[in-house]
Amino acid sequence: MTDAVLAAASTQVLAERRRFRMLRQLAAHRSFRIGLVLVTILVLCAIVGPMLTGIDPTAMSIRSRFKPPSARFPFGTDQYGRDILTRVLHGGRLSLSIGFSVALLSGIFGAVIGMAAGYFRALDPYVMRLMDALMAFPAILLAIGIGAALGSQASSIVVALAVAYVPRTARIVRASVLVIREMEYLQAARVSGAGDLHIIVKHVLPNSLGPLIVQLTFVFAYAILAEAALSFLGIGPPPPAPSWGNIIAEGRDYSVEAWWVMLFPGLAVSLAALGMNLLGDGLRDVLDPRLKVET
Amino acid sequence: MSRAIAIRLMQSIPVLLLVAVLSFILMHLLPGDPAVVIAGADASPAAVERIRRELGLDQPIWQQLLSWFFNLAQGKFGSSLVLNQTVLSAVGERLPVTLSLAALSLAITLPIGVTLGILAAYFRGRWIDAGVMAIALVGVSVPSFWIAIVSVILFSVTLGWVPSAGYAALLTAGPGAWFASLIQPAMVLSLFQIGFLARMTRSAMLDVLDQDFIRTARAKGLSEWRTVGKHGFRNALVAVVTVSGIILSLLIGGSVVVEQVFALPGIGRLVVQGILARDYPLIQGTMLLFGFAFVLINVGVDIVYTLVDPRVRYD
Repeated sequence: MTDAVLAAASTQVLAERRRFRMLRQLAAHRSFRIGLVLVTILVLCAIVGPMLTGIDPTAMSIRSRFKPPSARFPFGTDQYGRDILTRVLHGGRLSLSIGFSVALLSGIFGAVIGMAAGYFRALDPYVMRLMDALMAFPAILLAIGIGAALGSQASSIVVALAVAYVPRTARIVRASVLVIREMEYLQAARVSGAGDLHIIVKHVLPNSLGPLIVQLTFVFAYAILAEAALSFLGIGPPPPAPSWGNIIAEGRDYSVEAWWVMLFPGLAVSLAALGMNLLGDGLRDVLDPRLKVET
Repeated sequence: MSRAIAIRLMQSIPVLLLVAVLSFILMHLLPGDPAVVIAGADASPAAVERIRRELGLDQPIWQQLLSWFFNLAQGKFGSSLVLNQTVLSAVGERLPVTLSLAALSLAITLPIGVTLGILAAYFRGRWIDAGVMAIALVGVSVPSFWIAIVSVILFSVTLGWVPSAGYAALLTAGPGAWFASLIQPAMVLSLFQIGFLARMTRSAMLDVLDQDFIRTARAKGLSEWRTVGKHGFRNALVAVVTVSGIILSLLIGGSVVVEQVFALPGIGRLVVQGILARDYPLIQGTMLLFGFAFVLINVGVDIVYTLVDPRVRYD
């Protein structure tokens, strides 16, 4: 038993040291750095950009309809003469908030469900069968169905996408909990008299955080792409308030004559998703070495 | 062998039942009243009430669920509210389109993805490896419908190589027109899966190429082609089979969006149409079909495992 307690203590020290090493590894990881720069730029653009242009993203002007990109309208204008640059900047606020909220919700519910299933083995078969059944539907289809049920507004898109990604997140958390619960430090905690709640909060959660964070960066990327796809299908956040998805959807009818309307928001979606994916790749290599693909 | 298949099929029954229940619940989450949809906006309340009773919508929800299951067991999926045909015939009409699209995309994805993956593993760290990584990143970062529209502008509108939309049936329009109508959407769909398959093949191959028997094969003087192609790839095949199953699922899921862009009358378009028109029986039926298809694809993958790798057993 003393061995076990000692093991727990030395794990603490090792964990501290590991944290520093991880930060250094992350700072040196090329795709993590590129991803971080991309995401930071896009987030800054979404926060500061709208203030800089000072134009109302919904302001229409008949005289400047379908203007191609120029010094005055760097990204051109749409069928109502609205400035695409301003709309893309404002749309970034909505699209990135949707991505963030979906990642947050999937993270919270995925962690709770995954830890419950992994830790309390009696629950496991029931919970995971339900998750399997939810995963039997293509994520986009589930989101379309739930999005249509809740009505098209940003919040229902968030709920719809979270329902689609919670099962996938829960499965990943469960897998790491199954490994953690067999660890010596967990047995040490148990023989020291720790209760289930204490063990879950103090030991299981922190140790399953790595794979969870990695998964959530990917969920963030999926959610941005899915918001665009849902808008395209007519179930996204409704116009005139811009989101990247609904700018593309509105520009689709004029895609031949006015290619710039859908080109720039599409690039924004791609860059944001690319940035999150690169971040995720870097985090996976450092936080979750078991999954490391590179050699 | 057949015993393993039977066991695996039986294991999937609870998931299939849950999929059916979820399809039912999803339909009941949708706002609005099917009776009103059928009766039309300006029908009298009495007429709406009569239709509601005819559809059994006045009964408690668990009774509706039971009778739905009862009908399913008899193969009755109900009738579409909007299309004036049964759900089964609507699905049957559109299934060939989605299956053709998925089959063609798979036929493009598998050889290219696997070849690229093997090459990337063999030439690790060289330009082809970096190229595969880039393709994979594009596949998870660019919206498919956006690429589809850009592709239409380029290949259909500007170059005029292929039609921009619509489907030509294999039997009535001939193989040439069928191929022309599907090649562009299939390429767009494949673009998103090739990188994924190549990455997975690459990492499976990397695991295998480090093993002793590969060194042995080289040491006894086998050609590189036989060493990598036969000894190496055979052993990476289990991973490739799994990924191919996932890819088939992703292709079918991806067709929901791509069928919209290319106006292909497939299942994906049918279900989106159904959801937007609040066509409840149609949504229920098609969702169920999608769910079943995915569960069965997984079962199929597990069965192919046992063929590829005799060590895998189900007990």
